[in-house]
Amino acid sequence: MQTGTYISGMGHFALIGWAMLAGVFNSDNTPPPTDTANVTILSGEEFAALTDLSVTTPPVIEAAQPTAPVEPETPTAPTVPTPDTAPEAVEQPTPTPPAQPDTAPDASQIEPLPQADVMPETPDAIEPPDLPAGTSFVATPTTSPRPKPATRIAPQQAAQPAPEADLADVVQDAVVPDETLQAREAEEAQEQTAPEEANTITIPEEANPGGSQQATFAPTGSPRPPSRPNRPRPAATRTEPTDTSIGDAVNDVVAAAAAAETAPVPQGPPMTSGEKDALRVAVQQCWNVGSLSSEALRITVTVMVDMNQDGKPDTGSIRMISADGGSQAAARQAFEAARRAVIRCGAKGYDLPADKYGQWREIEMVFNPEKMRDR
Amino acid sequence: MKILRIFTILLTGLAALPAAAEPLRIVIDEGVNEPLPVAVPRFVAETPGAEDIARQLAEIVAADLAGSGLFRDIPEDAFISQITSFDSPIQFSDWKAINAQALVTGAVSVGSGGRVNVKFRLFDVFSEAALGDGLQMGGTTTSIRRIAHKLADQVYSRITGETGYFDSRVVFVAEEGPKNARRKRLAVMDYDGANVSYLTDSAAIVLAPRFSPLGDKVLYTSYETGFPKIFVMDVGTVQRRVLDDQPGTMAFAPRFAPDGKTVVFSLSQGGNTDLYRLNIDSGRSARLTTSPSIETAPDFSPDGKQVVFESDRSGSQQLYIMPAGGGEARRISFGKGRYGTPVWSPRGDLIAFTKQNKGRFHIGVMRVDGSEERLLTASFLDEGPTWSPNGRVIMFTRETSGAQGSSSLYSVDISGRNLRRVSTPAAGSDPAWSPLLP
Repeated sequence: MQTGTYISGMGHFALIGWAMLAGVFNSDNTPPPTDTANVTILSGEEFAALTDLSVTTPPVIEAAQPTAPVEPETPTAPTVPTPDTAPEAVEQPTPTPPAQPDTAPDASQIEPLPQADVMPETPDAIEPPDLPAGTSFVATPTTSPRPKPATRIAPQQAAQPAPEADLADVVQDAVVPDETLQAREAEEAQEQTAPEEANTITIPEEANPGGSQQATFAPTGSPRPPSRPNRPRPAATRTEPTDTSIGDAVNDVVAAAAAAETAPVPQGPPMTSGEKDALRVAVQQCWNVGSLSSEALRITVTVMVDMNQDGKPDTGSIRMISADGGSQAAARQAFEAARRAVIRCGAKGYDLPADKYGQWREIEMVFNPEKMRDR
Repeated sequence: MKILRIFTILLTGLAALPAAAEPLRIVIDEGVNEPLPVAVPRFVAETPGAEDIARQLAEIVAADLAGSGLFRDIPEDAFISQITSFDSPIQFSDWKAINAQALVTGAVSVGSGGRVNVKFRLFDVFSEAALGDGLQMGGTTTSIRRIAHKLADQVYSRITGETGYFDSRVVFVAEEGPKNARRKRLAVMDYDGANVSYLTDSAAIVLAPRFSPLGDKVLYTSYETGFPKIFVMDVGTVQRRVLDDQPGTMAFAPRFAPDGKTVVFSLSQGGNTDLYRLNIDSGRSARLTTSPSIETAPDFSPDGKQVVFESDRSGSQQLYIMPAGGGEARRISFGKGRYGTPVWSPRGDLIAFTKQNKGRFHIGVMRVDGSEERLLTASFLDEGPTWSPNGRVIMFTRETSGAQGSSSLYSVDISGRNLRRVSTPAAGSDPAWSPLLP
């Protein structure tokens, strides 16, 4: 019994081994590996946009190459024999007689150097100019030497009327009734009036000597004063604003702000590499490292920028989130150069896809000057 | 089964969570390397009679900045608006429109006795913010240039992050006459070639002047006695005396140590030239090298612990570094050609030198270990580099060929850019830059 079992077991073992070694179970009909590809599900609108030939991928602009180093002045090759003496040969002692002076001044007659009388006072920080509260440099209107274009041409030039003045042909001052005399026969209240803003000549926009660049930064015109709301008659009882009305106004403002915040931000698909490259090229065109110290040129700074929906950077939001490779002072110089780049080239707004605002609302820019080092 | 179901639910829940909003990230590794446009409008004259000084100040500041090669002065013709009051708000839009990236404003008043008071501010135009606090300086009507140089140094420092070099002086050898009868005398001038004054007459040949670390003394070599001897001169009083007057020797190529009390120089005696150091106060000297070869042109490292010099001990003229107290020297130059006149950068990271190779002379720089050698100039004869106080600019002598050839002073940025001639009344050679003036 046991012998038979052994024989049977050995036989089965040998049979299974032969089958495995001979490849009986291997099949040549194994299907070849299937090629796979990553796919992206597109909506109908996105597919239409992709197939629209009029929409092209933003071109990748060649990066502005840094200015080639100034070749050292290379005058024409000297035809004279090459000087064999070393540069310091002039310092080698040569016991030659000194040159005879001709009309040499007496050293005793040489006036001593005037002592520098510059006395740098203790560097007092100069206080910034006093400005009314809420005034900013940005809001200060540009003084223009040219007459400002007006919407009306008249024989007599007229200045822009006061915001609270009504338009009229005759200039008259406002008269406010004296409330203490209301019981008596008071003088009649009079509205402040002024003629509409006018100029004597037509000033075409093309005549702007500043060119298009100036027109970009300067205010293009002065808005008409908004229409004055109907004021209650002076005789009418003046109603003081109630707490309810203030509360309503505050609520309206808060609601408007909340609505603006909760407004849906278009996320869109992720930024394509072309779109990222276009942004990178746009920024690097303004990244000027020519005035940075060698230490600042060794620092990689990372800045964070909040972007407005029109593609312009929020200049107040630009902040350095990291700096690698140098001192704090040098990092500040490197950051300021980066900030200048972001602001300068973004002054008119970067060319970014509006439907992807959610993707570029906040941008982290890494400024790595490694390739810009020349020393 | 139940566990599997819970696991599946968890995975599904995690997948449903919105991905954390990460900001778009771009890497900018290319830029432009151009001078920074800067506007320096005429300073505001706050008192009658200060108009000319106000104009001079703005012009000198603008010239300093543009001369560095790091800034580009925007001409006044391009200005849309002027600064009419020092305290008025800046119309940044006007300066943005002309692409001024930095704006320098100032005001000057002249008080009784010619006392000049200058106020100054610097703005980053596109950030619409001041760069640092305002400053004010006082002086007299004769020190307008120094005040302007100091203002320019402030602008330079606040934008580049490194100290300036405009308020400094250069001592050099003024040369007159034909090559075979050249008259030489020591002269000192502002870094830009202005205010030249002469320290010696041309009765004796003078060579290799070098400023002390404080800029109040000058070491130089003179043939006054018929043999080269080292003199030290007080720049303010022009009083001078000879150092280490050993009969039968020739001393030359002196250089101050950073402490201002020690001088290292070459002494030739019995046909051999070695390096020595000398304590000015005690007069004690010590020999630093004992090689039969020629060792010369020594210069201290900024920390005073090492000395770089040239020697032909290997058969050709090369650069070596050794401890300041003497000892084993290690060679740092291994390129083709001859190397000489090494000068250690004030920053301590580079050594400038003169190189002669294939019949051309070059001014170059290399790391202290001899690596990263870069040649900045090439000419018939360029030699004798000296560093600006901030280690950014090198001034040197360039001599033209021919019998009518003459020498002039040139400066070049260590990047190899901004090669320009320094204006001097006559020919000049062997410049040595002072430290920044106090």
